[in-house]
Amino acid sequence: MSESFQPDEKGFYGPYGGAYIPEMLIPNIENLRENYIRIMNSESFRKNFKTLLEDYAGRPSPLYYATRLSEQYGCNIWLKREDLNHTGSHKVNNTIGQILLAHEMGKKRIIAETGAGQHGVATATVCALMGLECIVYMGETDIERQAPNVARMKMLGAEVRSAVSGSRTLKDATNEALRDWIANPLDTFYLIGSVVGPHPYPDLVAKMQSVISGEIQWQLRNKTDKSDPDYVVACVGGGSNAAGSFYHFMDNPDVKLIGAEAAGEGLSSGKTAASIALGETGVIHGSMTNLMQTNDGQITEPYSISAGLDYPGIGPLHAWLNHTGRAKYLSVTDQEALDAALLLTRKEGIIPALESAHALAALNQLDLKSGENVVVTISGRGDKDMKTYMDRLQLV
Amino acid sequence: MEKLQTLFKQKKDLLSVYFTAGFPNIDSTLPVLKALEEGGADFVEIGMPYSDPLADGPVIQNSSTVALKNGMSLKVLFEQLKELKKSVKIPMILMGYFNPVLKFGVEAFIEECKEVGISGLIIPDLPYETYIEEYEKLFTENGISNIFLITPQTPDDRIKKLNKASTSFIYMVSSAAVTGARNGGLSPKQVDYFERVNSMELKTPCMVGFGISNHQNYKEVCNYAHGAIVGSAFIKHLENIGDDHNEIVGFIKKLKNGQ
Ligand SMILES: Cc1ncc(COP(=O)(O)O)c(C=O)c1O
Repeated sequence: MSESFQPDEKGFYGPYGGAYIPEMLIPNIENLRENYIRIMNSESFRKNFKTLLEDYAGRPSPLYYATRLSEQYGCNIWLKREDLNHTGSHKVNNTIGQILLAHEMGKKRIIAETGAGQHGVATATVCALMGLECIVYMGETDIERQAPNVARMKMLGAEVRSAVSGSRTLKDATNEALRDWIANPLDTFYLIGSVVGPHPYPDLVAKMQSVISGEIQWQLRNKTDKSDPDYVVACVGGGSNAAGSFYHFMDNPDVKLIGAEAAGEGLSSGKTAASIALGETGVIHGSMTNLMQTNDGQITEPYSISAGLDYPGIGPLHAWLNHTGRAKYLSVTDQEALDAALLLTRKEGIIPALESAHALAALNQLDLKSGENVVVTISGRGDKDMKTYMDRLQLV
Repeated sequence: MEKLQTLFKQKKDLLSVYFTAGFPNIDSTLPVLKALEEGGADFVEIGMPYSDPLADGPVIQNSSTVALKNGMSLKVLFEQLKELKKSVKIPMILMGYFNPVLKFGVEAFIEECKEVGISGLIIPDLPYETYIEEYEKLFTENGISNIFLITPQTPDDRIKKLNKASTSFIYMVSSAAVTGARNGGLSPKQVDYFERVNSMELKTPCMVGFGISNHQNYKEVCNYAHGAIVGSAFIKHLENIGDDHNEIVGFIKKLKNGQ
């Protein structure tokens, strides 16, 4: 394989990535860039990270053979159970890693953005663990639709600040977090929640999440004698659980990588968050990538039933994986995701997060053959989405 | 670029005023510019509204949202600027974010700037390194000055690099913050920062911006820099009073002369 899926020293994946940030953020970003690899490679970081992932977050997360779902699709479906992690999603892998980084860099005040609230909860959790001040920015719309997670963050001692600009979702929360960092450059660590933002964040977060594909490899080998599956399928908001699920397989072209992005009410409905299908190259939150924009280069307000996928851009690694054809990105509508969530629940007794339901729904668009091993990452559990499920699936 | 250079050579204690194109109304651009000139602004920064202005506080964010709702775009702005080119004499700078410029096409954008008589550009999220590698030649060949920002956290060696690449002035951000009017005078920390920059004896003059809201602030920073830039305080004025000519002239006179 000729292309590299690692960024160059300026953080570019092909034409995507980089650090398009105002001068006010340059010192913060330089500081992080100069330190993250060194710290992550240090003996003490590796030991602490491993211990916390195992004893605190409950890793390794199971790789579960979904018998009844496999029958339905006529192939071998393996679920990577990130929903079973402490705090209920893959987000905690990254927050544990970054809080250790923040601690090592002597930062006392942690800020984060959140969409579904899972990253906010995972951040508030590790801040409680380390005794650090925590401020989470969350769009006003998301505060309403993900109320249980807002309550969890508050109980964990975090301050939740409402972002009231734009569509009042993840994009706007990220803007507010970046503004906070501009105003607090010295004591504050920005604990970003996905493989987005200026370099080195996309690389840093992908490395933290790569524990997912590392485990898939040995778990699959133990169960099937083959370490590499035929497919890896994951949902894509900013793209962190997908990056983590793809990571160890990117250089093996025999493994088909599938990302599921949110089509909302449909690609042509005007209410969508399908940044790969509808996006064009541009800059969002400091990174050159694919994003949904108008003809005048204004960022389009996204929409998805799932707060975690409701983002108009995508991490630059995914823009590059798509550009090179290494990974394929499929769009999944709200309704398809809801149906897939109900199917998993009734076949396997697992209620997935709405985000993860998009990955499950993508199975319907694949030409799956008997004997093929298909790993689907269940990025989170559905507790936070019960209100939406009750309303939309008419379960009352 | 030359117009700006001449201004900086001839005059001290410059006052520059920022406003968002298309705010409060889509056709406010000309009346606001005329009034700013008459009131005594030495040059102006015209904001190109953007959906996600990262380095801006609530006041400028809101003006951008309104301007976009009013239908402002780069295309509309350039059309307006073409028409008023002859009636405004003071130098004009455009300020805005990189994505709309990228979408417009950087080359086409620079050509339009030249055509309508723009002297310089402030694009906060176009970092120095990218500018040097990809765009410096294009800017200078077309006589467009790229204006860099520095902040209290910018190290000396980086300031020296930015100084070297500057062709008109350096935008000295007054404190670690996004844009927005603030009350009160200069803090000892800010004075230290201004003095540190002054002691570097840069070839490029500095203008102080962010948080300057009244005559007193303006005079105070003129002790340490070539002048001051007022943004949010003026937008607030437009929010309250609208784009009435005499009101703007009065506001700028008061800012400049204290009465
Ligand atoms: C359960 C879950 N899955 C997926 C996502 C999407 O994020 P990413 O694409 O970074 O994995 C989120 C984000 O909030 C989430 O909570």
